[in-house]
Amino acid sequence: MGVAAAIGLGTTWIALTRGIAYGGVTIGAWTAWPKNGTPGIDPYAKAMMARTGELPVGSGDGVAFYAREDDAGQVLDGRCDVLVSGITPQARFWTLTLYDPQGRLVANSMQRQGFTSQQIIRKSDGSFDIVIGPRARPGNWLPTGGVEKYVLVLRLYDTPIGVATRTGREAPMPALSKRACQ
Amino acid sequence: MMRLALWLLGALLLGGIVHLATVLMLPTLASQDAYARVSAIAPVNAVIAVPPPTPEKAVMPFMDPAFAMSVCRYDLSRGALKFSVPISQAYTSVSFYTRSDVAYYAINDRAAGRRVIELDLMTAAQRADLPENEEITAADRLIVTSPTSTGLIVIRALVPEDGWLASARSALAAAQCRPQ
Repeated sequence: MGVAAAIGLGTTWIALTRGIAYGGVTIGAWTAWPKNGTPGIDPYAKAMMARTGELPVGSGDGVAFYAREDDAGQVLDGRCDVLVSGITPQARFWTLTLYDPQGRLVANSMQRQGFTSQQIIRKSDGSFDIVIGPRARPGNWLPTGGVEKYVLVLRLYDTPIGVATRTGREAPMPALSKRACQ
Repeated sequence: MMRLALWLLGALLLGGIVHLATVLMLPTLASQDAYARVSAIAPVNAVIAVPPPTPEKAVMPFMDPAFAMSVCRYDLSRGALKFSVPISQAYTSVSFYTRSDVAYYAINDRAAGRRVIELDLMTAAQRADLPENEEITAADRLIVTSPTSTGLIVIRALVPEDGWLASARSALAAAQCRPQ
């Protein structure tokens, strides 16, 4: 009996804290769960949200892509510079925000926690480079405040990307590459 | 040996049941879910501004800081609600969540196609009770059916650049959510 309870509660705890959820769309380093913004949300995602207290982005509103690692699979570290470069899928607006792993904004001297698609300096071809790192940079710089781990969330608003999206050809996500560390 | 294997199998099966039961029950038992967090600051059937998230304090985790946000915590048990919000300059969206934080409907300014997003929120039973002739005149009227009698309407206006905050806030300040 005790063993059964331990197995049951243990697996529940692991499933809900490790972020295991079905129906994710992974493109490069980014993963979105468009179904979480619909009544078709799976029970694991629902339980996870109930535990963390967050509200999913409704599917008629937009979709949120999360990145915890760079393209090489290394955990995003606020003591290193990470280059976010490329283009984003079609959307009327997008926002890029940096959080700690619990979803809190990270304090920094600039009081800048993210960018919107209108605040970015772009290259002539429309693509952009954003440097995420502890020290100030010219151009698009998103400060990390030197935190050990962080999560990037790219939210697309008023976008055709959603439950039906499967591949990076439909949704070209920016690359995440690690540069120098402090 | 056989006995031990059977015991283990039993424990695994029972463990699986405990696992499924806890996953399914957690949303109804959670005391710090988004609805509970919003309830702590929002009265029933009224629009209230949600303070913007800061590193020190946020009503919910993973809030988008690029938005001004208001909520209406609704209760339809006494009747349907009328909801309206003028659209802001950049991007405005209205999302509907059930009592257990399931997003069941969302609409943005472009989909609404006019200067004001206006709709009636009611339960399926209240909708069935609508008089026939009202259904006809309602061709122009957006009716949203809530699967639960309580829930949340989240109204968000994007602040794409510094200086647009006032416009976003004033649009949200004019939002209304009241019994019919």
